[in-house]
Amino acid sequence: MKITAAQALVRCLELEKVDIVFGYPGGAMLPVYDALYHSSIKHVLVRHEQGAVHAADGYARATGRVGVCMATSGPGATNLVTGIANAYMDSVPLVVFTGQVPTSQVGTDAFQEVDITGITIPITKHNYLVKDPAALPQIIKNAFHIASTGRPGPVLIDLPRDVAGATIDFHYPETVKLRGYKPTYRGHRNKINEAAELINRSQRPVIYAGGGILNSGASGELLELAELISAPVTNTFMGLSSFPGDHPLFLGMLGLHGTRYANLAVTECDLLIALGARFDDRVTGKLARFAPHAAVIHVDIDPAEIGKNVPVHVPIVGDVKLVLQSLLPLLKKTDRSPWLARVQELRELYPLRYNREGGLKPQYIIEELYRHTGGCATIATDVGQHQMWVAQYYRFKHPRGLISSGGLGTMGFGLPAAIGAQLGLPDQQVILVTGDGSFQMTMQELATVREQELPIKILMINNQTLGMVRQLQEYYCEGRYMAVDFEFHPDFITLARAYGIKGYTVETEEEAQRVIPEALGTTGPVLVNCLVSPQEKVLPMVPSGRGIDETFEC
Amino acid sequence: MRHTLAVLVENNPGVLARVAGLFSRRGYNIDSLAVGRTDNPAISRMTIVVEGDDRVLEQVTKQLHKLIDVIKISDITADEYVDRELVLIKVSAEPEKRGEIMQIADIFRARIVDLGRRTMILECTGNEGKIRAFEESLKPYGIKELVRTGKIAMLRGSRYTNINTNGTREDD
Repeated sequence: MKITAAQALVRCLELEKVDIVFGYPGGAMLPVYDALYHSSIKHVLVRHEQGAVHAADGYARATGRVGVCMATSGPGATNLVTGIANAYMDSVPLVVFTGQVPTSQVGTDAFQEVDITGITIPITKHNYLVKDPAALPQIIKNAFHIASTGRPGPVLIDLPRDVAGATIDFHYPETVKLRGYKPTYRGHRNKINEAAELINRSQRPVIYAGGGILNSGASGELLELAELISAPVTNTFMGLSSFPGDHPLFLGMLGLHGTRYANLAVTECDLLIALGARFDDRVTGKLARFAPHAAVIHVDIDPAEIGKNVPVHVPIVGDVKLVLQSLLPLLKKTDRSPWLARVQELRELYPLRYNREGGLKPQYIIEELYRHTGGCATIATDVGQHQMWVAQYYRFKHPRGLISSGGLGTMGFGLPAAIGAQLGLPDQQVILVTGDGSFQMTMQELATVREQELPIKILMINNQTLGMVRQLQEYYCEGRYMAVDFEFHPDFITLARAYGIKGYTVETEEEAQRVIPEALGTTGPVLVNCLVSPQEKVLPMVPSGRGIDETFEC
Repeated sequence: MRHTLAVLVENNPGVLARVAGLFSRRGYNIDSLAVGRTDNPAISRMTIVVEGDDRVLEQVTKQLHKLIDVIKISDITADEYVDRELVLIKVSAEPEKRGEIMQIADIFRARIVDLGRRTMILECTGNEGKIRAFEESLKPYGIKELVRTGKIAMLRGSRYTNINTNGTREDD
């Protein structure tokens, strides 16, 4: 079949069963957009390319499928960079297409030319500059394979305009051609045996479960493991929603803003079972004080994560679901009631708490949200204090319930990500919890919400300041608040109305109790502007450079 | 400790940038890097000399493996191998000094590959120590220009760093 490379691209996407692409057109992408004109694939036009890549990311996180986005050359491509880095840090599968100037002009500083493959080498799992139009189908086949297998991540394909317009003899390859890429899925038998022995012998195990559980779909196995060996489970931020938030064995999140009882359980445990987690600095605090009495079993699909930050006693490279399936039959059901009693004691000594005096508290809003949704909503967040309050107070019931920027911490991620999540899961209640800082970074996408008729509920924790930075300045700069308090605030209700979105303002607990269920029950999109005090802090907190057992709360 | 890595990579544009970028971005020190295509034109081979303890080397190897274009990595440091560098040195060579320089070249089994009115270019191959000694010997005459390739290395005997047959001996 003779078609243009651009038509082949669209055909490949159809064959990969892509139903939605997020994008923004431009000169270098004309052939591709022209080809999309005849396709059944839905194209979602955003208002800024960053919105496209975050939306594709939100779509991928919510559905577990590969997110696809596209932008034109030059500024279109560079506007994607933050979103690509964001997806790379959080291991989100994306295939990103960028237009490029014609091959004859590549390297001449042509109009809207930028070396996007060069720029994105450190933030993509792999990238391609397509020079031979006939190679495009194989490249797309490879890209989807690379993005979605092993440790997932973004793959970028840069397509010069003349290449896109060239005619090729199209056929979509059945197989990938990648001799340098063979992820390990099955854990090493001997290592799995060693892990089983360690687990069966241990008195005080803790399971430390990260985003790898969600990526491999291993929540069922995780639950089975925890209940079988009576081990409490703590989640990394990325791992949240992989274990039921209301389960008696759940310790909540650990680390910098983790619960004290999770951090202390890790400190006291004799065996740490790390599953699809990477011992990130926000989790471990000072390494010398992290799980000092514990042997460590580390299961991860990325061998480079094993032994990177902490020494590991039993390393297992593999897909965590498959590894757990091999491991579970080797484990003995063990009574660990003294350990569980100790964990319960820690839980009662150091509960997650906040002072409800003095106006509407952000933590209370999240608790109300939890109460009204039963932990079943898909919650997208932005980055900052509100994000940590969601992590602490929303008890996720189902896997992939949290859509949030973990590794990169990208303010402005929330709204476009919620758009992607809602388009991926049209029947699911998608709620964006954001802050007034983050929201203003990408709020132009309200137009996309409206245009796509998405029933997203936006809950803005509005403290009229950059709360997380303010909190850091309070602790580390002796309260010299520099460039954190907004002196001008838009009227968010009028702003929402400008986009045809209903708005509420909430200032008291009573209003929150009334408005939150009303907003959740509304058919279309809603913005709830929750006015809270700028003084409120995310606690507990591990001070910079300290161990996670040195959390403070006041 | 210094390690010598033999790395087989896809002969794709940008592969050198990917490898070199990885080293600088993760803070690993490259002592030398030599690259050229192999008998298979689709595959290039890099010889990378990197400084670091075992932990660093483990990370270097694992991170390199994550590059899709990297096919195979062998740390040959602990094995028996042959390594060579090639150096070209342009040295001041007034007619009355040429005899001495030619004697030095003889000792190092270097070759004279160019003779100008006042300069000579000498070509020498060998391991790092020999190259260093050769350079030292020529210094007194005035080195005008020097270029070296970086180390290339190959396992001795019938072991080889190849796509499908790494580390296997033909005779066992």
